[in-house]
Parts: sequence; C-alpha cells; structure tokens
Amino acid sequence: MLEIKNLYAKAGEKEILKGINLQVNAGEVHAIMGPNGSGKSTLAHVLAGRDGFVSTAGSVLFEKKDLLAMTPETRAREGVFLALQYPVEIPGITNTYFLRAAVNAIRKYRGLEEMDPMEFLPWVREKAKLVSMDQAMMSRSVNDGFSGGEKKRNEILQMVVLEPKLAILDETDSGLDIDALQIVAKGINALRNKERAMLVITHYQRLLNYIEPDVVHVLFDGRIVKSGGKELALELEKKGYGWIEEEVKSARPVSVA
Amino acid sequence: MKTEGNAIRDLTTSEYKYGFVSEIEADAAPRGLNEDIIRLISSKKNEPGWMLEWRLKAYQHWITMKEPTWHNVHYPPIDYQNIIYYSAPGAKKAGPKSLDEVDPEILKTFAKLGIPLDEQKQLAGVAVDAVLDSISVATTFKETLGKAGVVFCSFSEAVQKHPDLVQKYLGSVVPYGDNFFACLNAAVFSDGSFCYIPKGVRCPMELSTYFRINAVDTGQFERTLIIAEENSTVSYLEGCSAPMRDKNQLHAAVVELITLEGAEIKYSTIQNWYPGDKEGKGGIYNFVTKRGHCRGANSKISWTQVETGSAITWKYPSVILEGDNSIGEFYSVAVANNYQQADTGTKMIHRGKNTRSTIISKGISAGHGQNTYRGLVKIFKRATDARNYSQCDSLLVGDLCGAHTFPRLEVSNTTARVEHEASTSKIGEDQLFYCRQRGISTEDAVNMIVNGFCKQVFNKLPMEFAVEAQKLLGMNLEGSVG
Repeated sequence: MLEIKNLYAKAGEKEILKGINLQVNAGEVHAIMGPNGSGKSTLAHVLAGRDGFVSTAGSVLFEKKDLLAMTPETRAREGVFLALQYPVEIPGITNTYFLRAAVNAIRKYRGLEEMDPMEFLPWVREKAKLVSMDQAMMSRSVNDGFSGGEKKRNEILQMVVLEPKLAILDETDSGLDIDALQIVAKGINALRNKERAMLVITHYQRLLNYIEPDVVHVLFDGRIVKSGGKELALELEKKGYGWIEEEVKSARPVSVA
Repeated sequence: MKTEGNAIRDLTTSEYKYGFVSEIEADAAPRGLNEDIIRLISSKKNEPGWMLEWRLKAYQHWITMKEPTWHNVHYPPIDYQNIIYYSAPGAKKAGPKSLDEVDPEILKTFAKLGIPLDEQKQLAGVAVDAVLDSISVATTFKETLGKAGVVFCSFSEAVQKHPDLVQKYLGSVVPYGDNFFACLNAAVFSDGSFCYIPKGVRCPMELSTYFRINAVDTGQFERTLIIAEENSTVSYLEGCSAPMRDKNQLHAAVVELITLEGAEIKYSTIQNWYPGDKEGKGGIYNFVTKRGHCRGANSKISWTQVETGSAITWKYPSVILEGDNSIGEFYSVAVANNYQQADTGTKMIHRGKNTRSTIISKGISAGHGQNTYRGLVKIFKRATDARNYSQCDSLLVGDLCGAHTFPRLEVSNTTARVEHEASTSKIGEDQLFYCRQRGISTEDAVNMIVNGFCKQVFNKLPMEFAVEAQKLLGMNLEGSVG
C-alpha cells in the first residue's frame, strides 16, 4: 500500500530525513519509534504534504500512485489520514459541521453522493460513542477549549468517521492519562482490519501495550536503523535509545551515505 | 510547494468585479464648493425656498468646522474644492418620469450589477430605487406600494410631493451641524431615498436602494429618510458599488430613521464600494452618518451591515432609544483586505425605561487591512432597567493586518445591566492544513471559517441577501490564502 524509497526531506532549511526505506502492506500496523529529533514527525508531515516539509530525493508510492505529487487534500481524499500531535482549534465551526464537510469532500471525490445532515447526524452520533464523545462535544467548535485528551479523542473520531486506507498517528499517546489512552486505543483497534494500514509514531512503548504492532522500526538521525517484531519495542523500553545510538555510530564508518 | 508567507499573501489577490465605467452623458456642476454651487444644486432640483435655506445654513456652519481626526484611519488631506458636487446622468431636467425615459445605458449599468430595473425582470418582492451619481434614476413597484399607502420615492421627489413630511423630519435625527461630513452632506446632498410607512401598515415588500457612483471626480452625497408611523413595519436594504478608478472618491451620506410607537424598521446594508487596488491606490472614502430614533414606546430599530468595500469606511449606525421598552440592534460584518481601513461601530443611547440594545460586531482583517470597532453604550439616569449586550469579534488572516477595539460604556443608572464580550482569532496556515488534511480544499476551508465567524450577522439579513452577502464575502477574500 505504502512504498517509501530512499526518501530525503527537509523541514524548513534543515535536512531531516536521510534515506528512508519503508514498505507497509494492507492490514499491517507499523510502529515507528525513535528519540526526539530523529525525524518521526517530519516523516508524518512529508507524507501528509504539509507546507514547509519538502522532499529532496526519493519517492513515495501510495497504492502505486505518486503521493508526493498530490496536494494535501488529494492525499486525504485518496485515503491518507494524519492524526496530529497538536490538533488545531477552529472557532466558529462545530465539530459536527466540520466532520460533515470533510466526509462530503471525500465522498464527492470518490463519486459518491454527499450526505445531508438528517442522514449524517445519527450516523456520526453512533461513531462518537466509540471514543466516548457526547453530543455536547459534537456541538462545540472544533477543538476549541478542548482538553489535551479531548483533542486526541477528536482526532480518533475523525479517523473513525473518515475511514482512511492509511492512518498515520503522530504521537497520539503523548500527554494522555491512562483512561484517555485506553479510549484512544479502543478507537484505533476498532478500525484495524485487513484492508487498512497504520503507521503509529510514538516515543514510548506504552501505547503499544494496547495496539499491538506487526513491525517496529527505529528511526535515528533520519534513517530507519533497526526493524523487528513487537519485542523490539520492549527492548527499547528497557534499554532506552542509547544502545541504538552506539550501534549506529560504530557502524557508520562503513556506510557510504 | 508554497511557503507560508506566499500562501497568506495570495489571500489578497481578489479582483473587484463591479469596476466597469459606463459611458453616460452627465450634467455636472463645476468643481469646488461655495454658495453658488449650493444654489445651483437647489435650482436644478427646483427646490422650495425652505430647502435652500436649510442647505445654506448647513454650508455656513460647515465652513466653521474642522475635519475630525480622532478616528483610526489615515488618508491624505481631501481637497474639498477639487470635488464635483453635482453630477446627473443624461437629461438636464429632473429625473425621468417612467422607465421608458431612462437612458438604456443606465438600465444596462444596473443590469450588469444584477439590479434589473425593467418591469419583467424585477426582483420578486423587492422594490428598488436606483441612484446613479447624484440622481435617482428609477423606482420600481411604485403602484403596488401606493395601494398600501407606502411612499417610496427619491428624496427630490419627496421634497416636491411631500414637503410637510420632509420639513417635519429632515434633520430631526441627524441635525445639519451634527458632524463635519453630515454637515457637508446637508449642504450639498443631491438625492437619496424617502420612505413613509403609514400607521398600522406592514410594508408589503422589501424596499431597496441601489447606489452607484459612475462619473469621475464626483462626490456622492445622498440622504435617506425613513419614517415608520405607529405600529408600522418596514424592511429596507441598500447596496452600492463604484467603478475602479485610481483616484479616491468621496461618499458622505446621511441616513435618518424614525420609529413612532410600536413601529419597527429593519435597515440592512451591503456596502461594496470600490476598495482600491492591491497596492491601496484609489477606492471610495466612505464617511457616513446613520442614526435611528426610537421615538415611540415599544418601537424597534435594527441595523445590519455587511461592509466589504471602500478604501476607508467610517460609519457608526446608531440608535437613540427614547421610547420606553424600545429596542436597538446593530449587527455588523466589516472586511478590511489589502490596504482597506474600516473604523466602524455603533452608539446605543438609552434614554427610555426598560430599553434594550444588542451589538454584534464581526471584523475581518486580511492583507494589510486595518479594522477598528468603535462603540458607545450610554445609559441615561432616567433609563431604569436598561440592558445592553455587546460582542465584538475580530478575525485576522495573515500577519500584516490589524484589529482594534474601542468600546466605551457610560452608565448613569445603577439598575442598568451591560455586558461586553470580545475575542480575537486568526486563520492560520495550521488551520488550513488541518482542513486540507481532512479533504477540504483551501478555498472551502477559508469560506467555512469566515462564514462560521459571520453566521450570527448573516442570519439577520433578509434571506436572498444573506446568500448574496456570503458570495460577496467569498469573492472579496478569494485567493487570500493558499
């Protein structure tokens, strides 16, 4: 589904990604871990097409299409979803209205009929239950005055409603207490199926107790330096990122990057 | 991929869509202002002596006045002697008697603006008075209104046909010496609209005036007077536009509204005068005095304005709440894009008991635009149990614009309840990215955010105009982001 080949990218003027190779197939959940500044969020933003994050070499194919050539909205309509680490507030637009606008923009792109409010409301209410979001929160402006946990739950609600093919979760667990973490994990797990792929970006192993990954990658200095099964996450939890750094440093003279 | 700065700068690339010039022969006065010009205007309109006297008194007062400087708008000094104070399209006599006599070019001009004046295409249920430069060129649906006893005509016609009413009410809300621009208007006003709704009559249709400045170097000084007798109601809407010219043009209008006991006037404005180009060259200086007087008990005056045009907007539609239990409302959306400057707001003067007022002001600043809200809520000692609620919200698009709020409260009665809320928010690149990441295009995202911001005000416009206002706003901000 997602094929990243030798991807180099800049955030602003600074080169952050230095040759990422990654293949994610439908139905798989990949965790991307790594210390701060290793390029995790940059990777997420390059994939979503955010301004200021520019790829300088390499390619990204999404369902065999050139993802990097698409505008952010086209990527979304094609089925790429990014749950932001810092969800944005939009005063004056209710959560429900925003969700319907997004759903209809995507439906229109796919040649489906747009949903009217009468149809949309009961449908979205059902989805909201999954992340324990009540009607009052649905009628409030998008993320406006939401707590950190509420914002993250709102991201997951959007994901559940938009039913993406590829979901990228950028540090969705950061700043969550244990209850909120469980709600968020429940929403994510509900969406796991054979057709859908997920890229779970996280600093800690904690989230992976709830969302079991198929593959764990360690990102360091803009490259994936180690990949393995879920046990790799546990090892990182125990030993920290220091030993990876050592490994990479001792190996570096050999590599011709 | 676009950089952040670029995307925001693009917001200011919209073009003014009403900027064409019509080739219409005009009968214009020489430049400058003196008593002779005023006598000329008065004689062109064949006015009675009392009208000329009033104008001359205003002029004598005006020359003693100084242009105000307290506002938060900046412009080079206006040379009042270099303005043409009277320009009438076509015929050198008074306005045309029927549509057949109207110059086809004029009809075309209004048709281009979406204001059809020929009978077949008239807007259903809306009577229109069309004012080009200084002259009212056509008023539609006169007969239908006549049957209901409603008088809706040009101001000049009212001076001829209803002199008693004009004499009784003219200047009774905005006296000629009220302020510099109102005083200038009193001396040189050339036309405008006049409405009179008799006792107990609910006006059967929306009344509407469309103002158009066409001729070069002219000022437009119109005057509107609306009188709602006891227990009558009327909804009135004005729209305006002007050609694109690289010189600034002055527009100084006066509007007076009077409601007697139990009467209600709803006055809506969609102001789209030429705002100047992207560099701030040209555009209309819009210095307007609008005031309503709730003279009778239980009466109501409601102002709704959508101000998208003009290089400078300077207006404070106000209500004097004289009658007990009277209600004043002000709903405003003001846009300042590119180099536009808007200094607008309202005054709610509570004099009667149990009077109520509501102020909802929404300012949108984009490009290098500067948007100022200026308001006064004054509660007199005898205004027991008066209430006011004010809400002033500002929306910023980009980093180069500004929003300013100057609310003023003067309360002299301890039973008063006055509330003021204010907020400032910004359409940022992060919000737009967020919307786009959810599949919503940049344009739809901006429209959605701006319309969400203005919803409270648009809801107050007559339905068909609410749609117009949304479109206009979309157009004025088109391409402003991403």
